[in-house]
Amino acid sequence: MSELIHKPAAELAALIAAGEVSSVEVTRAHLDRIAAVDQRVHAFLHVDAEGALAAAADVDARRADGAALGPLAGVPVAVKDVLTTKGVPTTCGSKILEGWRPPYDSTIVTRLRAAGLVILGKTNMDEFAMGSSTEYSAFGPTFNPWDLTRIPGGSGGGSAASLVAYEAPLAIGSDTGGSIRQPGAVTGTVGAKPTYGGTSRYGLVAFSSSLDTPGPCARTVLDAALLHAVIAGHDPADSTSIPAPVPPVVAAARQGATGDLSGVRIGVVREFGGEGAEPGVLAAVREGIEALVKLGAEPVEVSCPHFTYALPAYYLIAPSECSSNLARFDGVRYGLRVGDDGTRSLEEVMSLTREAGFGPEVKRRIMIGTYALSAGYYDAYYGQAQKVRTLITRDFTAAFEQVDVLVAPTTPFVAFPIGSRTSDPYQMYLADLFTIPSNLYGGPAVSVPCGLSEGLPVGLQIMAPTMADDRMYRVAAALETVVPAPVPPGL
Amino acid sequence: MAAISREEVAHLARLSRLAVTDKELDTFAGQLDVILQAVARVGEVAAADIPPTSHSVPLTNVLRDDVVIPCLSPQDVLAGAPDPQDGRFRVPRILEEEA
Repeated sequence: MSELIHKPAAELAALIAAGEVSSVEVTRAHLDRIAAVDQRVHAFLHVDAEGALAAAADVDARRADGAALGPLAGVPVAVKDVLTTKGVPTTCGSKILEGWRPPYDSTIVTRLRAAGLVILGKTNMDEFAMGSSTEYSAFGPTFNPWDLTRIPGGSGGGSAASLVAYEAPLAIGSDTGGSIRQPGAVTGTVGAKPTYGGTSRYGLVAFSSSLDTPGPCARTVLDAALLHAVIAGHDPADSTSIPAPVPPVVAAARQGATGDLSGVRIGVVREFGGEGAEPGVLAAVREGIEALVKLGAEPVEVSCPHFTYALPAYYLIAPSECSSNLARFDGVRYGLRVGDDGTRSLEEVMSLTREAGFGPEVKRRIMIGTYALSAGYYDAYYGQAQKVRTLITRDFTAAFEQVDVLVAPTTPFVAFPIGSRTSDPYQMYLADLFTIPSNLYGGPAVSVPCGLSEGLPVGLQIMAPTMADDRMYRVAAALETVVPAPVPPGL
Repeated sequence: MAAISREEVAHLARLSRLAVTDKELDTFAGQLDVILQAVARVGEVAAADIPPTSHSVPLTNVLRDDVVIPCLSPQDVLAGAPDPQDGRFRVPRILEEEA
């Protein structure tokens, strides 16, 4: 096994830039690793070995010609299967899109290619990014390399698992209610949700359009920041993209790596200090906060009284938007069509197609959303949830008048056994308890490893104000200097 | 008291264009009831005078200049369709024949 697979992306990029190793060698090492372990991990839904090696050879050729290359040029990356890749299958973990090859690249993928990153393939996910364990993938779960009987988080469990299995040094995820951060936490990796609107949604198959945010996954904070800088920035193709410069995330990660947090005020969210979380998770997070204080940060307890209503508000808003967004899967323009035998009406064909193509969690959410938006229930459910969203945003605004960042656990529990939460869907929703507020508010948040509980990784979450993504990278990088990422057992 | 009945779930499935089975209805009715009772907690918040938030980015009516830019070809767009015909998406008949 090549030692290259254990190296951080920043180091791989430096080796490639210096000509000490080629992108083709680095890419082949990761493809070999995928071939060796992915049967057990199932992080990937599709591996594009041919496309990856061609992209790597192209970077090597451009380097040989003396072309100026970006800071991650030649480094492989795994992409969550929710982002379109031209000519490469994109399923969103759903039978309804099985075999679909998109006619265009998402903006995130366009930017990865332009920066010389090498796309290894598409990673497994809960169907249409709805879930917290990757068990709702129509193509079978991903297994957590820390313990193959446990979940890798979700919805982006494939992206997180690919990192901790050393199948990829970098990955792209999407975070609607925690789908980058919670997998990061339970796999002991770094997962960052950028500011909503800071990364383009063009070509990100829509689940909940006011919340969906693509972002970076990596094994180190600096790697996540470098990838963030590649994919972020205004995109005219996304009307909710923020027309402002990308926050200085890489500089902030480097500043944090000096281990000095003097003058940084960290707000400890009182409402997220106990209820609903495992004692071992709380203990690890407490130690993480103590470590930040030792580095010079000033802890301030803050109250965000409406955060406890974030989970119910989210599980009305996200399903409402999903019930509308997923109406496009009607068996007409792409994907599956079932029952079109010449005797059935269009409506019957649509209903049979959607019945066969969607899994149970997607159906539940479509029906919950349809209910919450229906006349007679709209005010009490969707309308009220939108008002709660306003109050949660006000809690953040008030807190950020006192502190620079907020800290909390990323998720209430460590990786749970596969199958232990699928029979009661609401038990699965509880995994998102601490990650959802930032989605409703729109601000950035990152999960960074902060030790183990019962031998499994715990994540500390750092939340920052809108378009102040740099702040969370500084704090996360500082924590990394004293609490290194845990090393997973060998596969 | 249940928040939602089996009949209401069947109605939602029809509205959602999901041809669910009887067995699924039994399962979904119980699960949706648990979920709806849990999310109904938003009603505990006093928010009568609070404006709703639909979106965290304060942008409205984002337009671009009215200039022609390249777009996908009909062939590319139809390539992923389940039943393309004569440059179009074919679907089952939606109107009854005149008697």
